[in-house]
Amino acid sequence: MDISPERQREMLRLMQTIRRFEERASADYVAGDIYGTVHCYIGEEAVAVGVCSALEQEDQIISTHRGHGHCIAKGADIDRMMAELYGRETGYCKGKGGSMHIADFSIGMLGANGIVAGGISIITGAGLAAQLEGKGRVAVSFFGDGASGAGPFHESLNIAAAWKLPMIYVCENNLWAVNTPASSSLSVPDVATRAAGYGIPGMVVDGNDIFAVHQATREAAARARAGEGPSLIECKTYRYRRHTERPTQVDIRPAEEIDAWLQKDPIERLVRHLKGQQGQLTDEEWERMDREILERVSLAVDYARASAFPDPARATDDVFAA
Amino acid sequence: MRQISYADAGMEALIEEMGRDATTFHLSTDAPPPLVERFGESRVRGTPIAEGALTGMAIGAAGSGFRPIIDWRMVTFSFVAMDQVVNQASKIHYMFGGQARFPILYRCTVGGGVRMAAQHSQSPYSMFMNLAGLKMILPSTPRDTKGLLKSAIRDDNPVISFESTRLLTLVGEVPEEEYTIPLGVAEVKREGSDVTIIALAWLVHEALAAAEILEAEGISAEVIDPRTLVPMDTDTLRASVRKTGRLIIADEAGPTCSAAAEISALVTEDPATFRALRASVRRVCALQVPIPYSPTLEDHVFPDRNKIAAAAREVMAES
Repeated sequence: MDISPERQREMLRLMQTIRRFEERASADYVAGDIYGTVHCYIGEEAVAVGVCSALEQEDQIISTHRGHGHCIAKGADIDRMMAELYGRETGYCKGKGGSMHIADFSIGMLGANGIVAGGISIITGAGLAAQLEGKGRVAVSFFGDGASGAGPFHESLNIAAAWKLPMIYVCENNLWAVNTPASSSLSVPDVATRAAGYGIPGMVVDGNDIFAVHQATREAAARARAGEGPSLIECKTYRYRRHTERPTQVDIRPAEEIDAWLQKDPIERLVRHLKGQQGQLTDEEWERMDREILERVSLAVDYARASAFPDPARATDDVFAA
Repeated sequence: MRQISYADAGMEALIEEMGRDATTFHLSTDAPPPLVERFGESRVRGTPIAEGALTGMAIGAAGSGFRPIIDWRMVTFSFVAMDQVVNQASKIHYMFGGQARFPILYRCTVGGGVRMAAQHSQSPYSMFMNLAGLKMILPSTPRDTKGLLKSAIRDDNPVISFESTRLLTLVGEVPEEEYTIPLGVAEVKREGSDVTIIALAWLVHEALAAAEILEAEGISAEVIDPRTLVPMDTDTLRASVRKTGRLIIADEAGPTCSAAAEISALVTEDPATFRALRASVRRVCALQVPIPYSPTLEDHVFPDRNKIAAAAREVMAES
């Protein structure tokens, strides 16, 4: 793997930023400072960072209801993210979206989306735009195992395959659609198998191995840029937390299963790897990095808290583009 | 002036706008040959029968700097794309704080009268009007079809064009020179002083015929075509009712939560217009049933010139 130590440390920093951002968002949600709900991505960080680190700045992604990780991995500003969660006018959506609707079109992040499978056809349209433009841009759809049973997944893969759109479909198979196990709702053990039905490459990767995710994405992006069409990458991973942070959210997943996945933590795995590589990361450096990240997240919270709530009169702005 | 059909006027709008703006492209199940010939198979694509995907793809392409044109064919098929219409297209500009624009044209035919039975004879525009964030046009003439479609393609928002099945073959005057018709501007089709008839699409022509019948009876009817459902030209509608004091709304949709119901509320909730009313407001709409197939049944269900004229006589008798 030809990823420089600096880039590997940067990947680690992004993964840990996602985790610390969400730990804070969850705590502030419980404290009542963040409204609605928060869906945590913790445990799945290697997927977002592994994929996005293999993309170019101009490439586009679309996210899901569990979107913070994708935002951060694509380069979103956590001040504006936290301000959006806090419902402030300085947030990415001026306080109109909240956790489930953060977008930053300027960095190719076409939005988190509250409808499972809702973003797949939207980003496929971005892939069509990329093909029409012909500048080698690639578009990436993140979605879960649950979404792979929904119509938009199948319609979009068919069209993208038929038209050889420069698409990468990344299934984050965290084994559970809320409380329904993938084993009972998928017709095949691996979502990637479904690629065969559309005549496109489908691969299963260890979603907690950031290098495996990065490499698979790099290969898929090269195929897409070469005009060879879409790929489906299935990343097997696991969410550590309940479906949402809502106090009423039930979690029926077996404790042994959760424990087993905690042992496969993607961040610890990368830390171990870096520490083992001729001192590319010392204990001290890792502690310092984590401390810096915690401080950075804390600054984002300060930024959010110092920002004003939107003027109620702004509720009628932006229904239509002027 | 030259005369062309309502359908051809629509195609002419697309040809002109696609020639004018290279960021436009066209997706539909079956690609229209006049567009393929001019703009090629890359910009004019015949697609799988997957309206949900097409509807969503338009959003992503629009957010990436393009101006997609999606033809659903019949409004019937928009319903398989309703997640993308309701949850995404109508809200995405607002939900993301206005940071990106989504210029999209969705086209479809609406209405009945051609013996196509329940699924293919629908006029559900009020379902879409109920969503914030979508503009919509409903032209009644070839001239309006072309001018409104050109404005719709240039608009920076998702716009739905509802085009009347009954009117596709209607031939009328369409200027050869460049023109557009702005969204949100109603047209007074005939001036009158006794009763205002606000009519939509095919019913505009029936209302004009009813006005002829009524004129012979000494009743002066004003006929107005809103042309755009969102935004609605409320001022023009209210001004007419303040003049005549009587209001009939004619549409081939059913009356429940309809465009006609909305127009009734918009007109009457204005105090000055309400005070000018001299009779109850009447909706002359389809019966609230799925549209039946057999001619005797279908013709009974839809409003027409005679039902409009009858309603006008009734409101005239009230005061």
